[in-house]
Parts: sequence; structure tokens; C-alpha cells
Amino acid sequence: MAKIIVVTSGKGGVGKTTTSAAFATGLALRGYQTVVIDFDVGLRNLDLVMGCERRVVYDFINVINGEGNLNQALIKDKRVENLFILPASQTRDKDALTLKGVLKVLETLRKRFEFIICDSPAGIEHGAIMAMYFADEAIIVTNPEVSSVRDSDRIIGMLSSKTRRAVQNLPAIREHLLVTRYAPKRVISGDMLSVEDVQDILAIPFLGIIPESKSVLQASNSGIPVTLDKKSDAGKAYLDVVARFLGEELPVVEKKGFLTRLFKN
Amino acid sequence: MSILKYFHTLRPKKTAAVAKERLQIIVAHERNLRDSPVIEYLPKLQQELLEVIRKYTAIQNEDIKINIEKDGEYEILELNIVLSDENQ
Repeated sequence: MAKIIVVTSGKGGVGKTTTSAAFATGLALRGYQTVVIDFDVGLRNLDLVMGCERRVVYDFINVINGEGNLNQALIKDKRVENLFILPASQTRDKDALTLKGVLKVLETLRKRFEFIICDSPAGIEHGAIMAMYFADEAIIVTNPEVSSVRDSDRIIGMLSSKTRRAVQNLPAIREHLLVTRYAPKRVISGDMLSVEDVQDILAIPFLGIIPESKSVLQASNSGIPVTLDKKSDAGKAYLDVVARFLGEELPVVEKKGFLTRLFKN
Repeated sequence: MSILKYFHTLRPKKTAAVAKERLQIIVAHERNLRDSPVIEYLPKLQQELLEVIRKYTAIQNEDIKINIEKDGEYEILELNIVLSDENQ
């Protein structure tokens, strides 16, 4: 049975789309049939980050409305086997997403894919709820910064009240904390919340850390998921995240300053 | 305690520590509100209370303040109505 995973955060600009692209690519590299869906209707961007913006013909809303079929809308990645993208509509109103329509598409995708990654729009409105509603698991993307942490807590509240699993009293959505744009040096100097701080506050299971990295912008500039950049520290961190998600035990690599390494314990 | 931590304690509080403290307070507060079913009917309750009170005295919308605090097992509904001198 396919797993539906929502990548969400509440706050915008924290790295949801980067994470969706990198995580889906990582799963596909492991050989899993993976599809990543852009739920940001009206502000589609996953296609750009994945580098397939010129191949979009039909989109998610077209499929819901029966104007095109799913096979016409799914874009097969040219670099990674087993990886597909379902783009959002750029022209429609976000209300075009309906629970019934989303369910219909997800049910069809479930038969063909092992992982369905839902890239949520920012905010706590309709689009964000549509993205999380049918999820089995959730990756909560958080920056070590006050507004992002607070918004993540709001989203965690919604995951446990506004989703199918909550409404139908099914087992709760499995939550995973992903701290992105992390700068260990600033943590050591005391000017950035540490990953432990963020975890203390949000109190959900930890999945990984993605360091602040130049390579993330370089990757999106070129339309290449950062996990395909073998030299990128962020790309490696995402591969670790995928491994940990799949149940492998990996140590958390958090670059330490010279002094901390010297004096710790 | 590591040597580094010892030196840390001698320095004034860093901004990350301030951030954590502020977040813990606001997040706890917002969770309490979220978990309370009372919150949903609060605006309507406030409106109806205003109407009842207006039968007896003139008050403005902002003269009534309503708040829910959660204290362990208990929920405290706090209602503050300000009557100005002219009203009485």
C-alpha cells in the first residue's frame, strides 16, 4: 500500500518545495516508485525546482476536472527512474481543489506508486489542508527561527485535528521534524536555536537537519533536485534523511566548531 | 559541566536562549487555546453577553474582555466588563 507523505510547515520560504523535490528524488534513487504532487495551486513552483517547467501540459486540477487524464499530466523525470511529478495549476483558483477530487487522484496514484509526496502551500488555509488531509505521514519543515517554529506548532495542531486520520479516529499521522537552513556555527555562538531547542518546543520525532548551504540555491537555479548534487552537503543531508525515514539508523551529522569538539564532555 | 558550558554561564544570555524561552511560553499558551473546545463559542458568547448587558447599561464593544486560561485540569473563564462613570 502506498504511503502518502505531506511536506508542510505553515510558514513560507522555509524549504518545503526544496525538501519535497529532494526527498522524492532520494526515495526514487532508492528504487521506490515515487510521485511528488504540487498542491500550491496558483503559485506552482515544484516544476521549476525539479527542472520540468517546460514539459507541463496538463495539471492536477485538469485531472480532477476530467479535462485530461492522469497519465497525460504526470511528468516522468528524465534523470531518475521511478520518479514522477504532478504539477499544480498556475491559472486556477485554489478552491478548484476539492476533497473529493484530491481523493480520486490519490486513490489512482496509490495503485501505481509506493510513495506519494504532497508539497503543501504555505499558510493554514484551504490548499494546506487539502495537502495534509489524506496523509499517512508528515514532514514538518522548520527553520531554527521563532516565527517558523511557532507556525510549525500550529500546523502540528492541524495535523491532529483537521485531517482524515483525525476526523475518522484512525491511528494518528506519523510526524517527522526536519530542521532546515541550519547554521551550526551560529548555534554554537548562541544566536540560533539548536535542533534540540526546536525539538524540545515542538515535541515531535526528529528526522534530520539540513545545513544552510549555497548548493540549495544553485540546485534550484539549475532545476536539479539538490540530492542529485553529489558534492552538496545539503544533498548528502537529504540522502541521510531518506535513509533514516526508511528506518536505517544513522548518526546525525552536525558540524561542530573546533572549540566544542575540543571541550565537549 | 564541560569547560565550554561553564564559560557560557558567565556570559550574558544569548539571543537563542531568549528565543527558546519566548517560544516555550507562546506555544504553550496557543496549545491551551487550541485544545479547549470553549474557544469555538467564545465570540458568540461575547456578543450575546454584550446584548444582555446593554439592556441595563450602555457599554462599548471594547468594554468587555473575555479570556480562557487553562490551569492543569481546570479551565478558567475570565470575564471583565468595564463600566465607566457615565454609564452608572
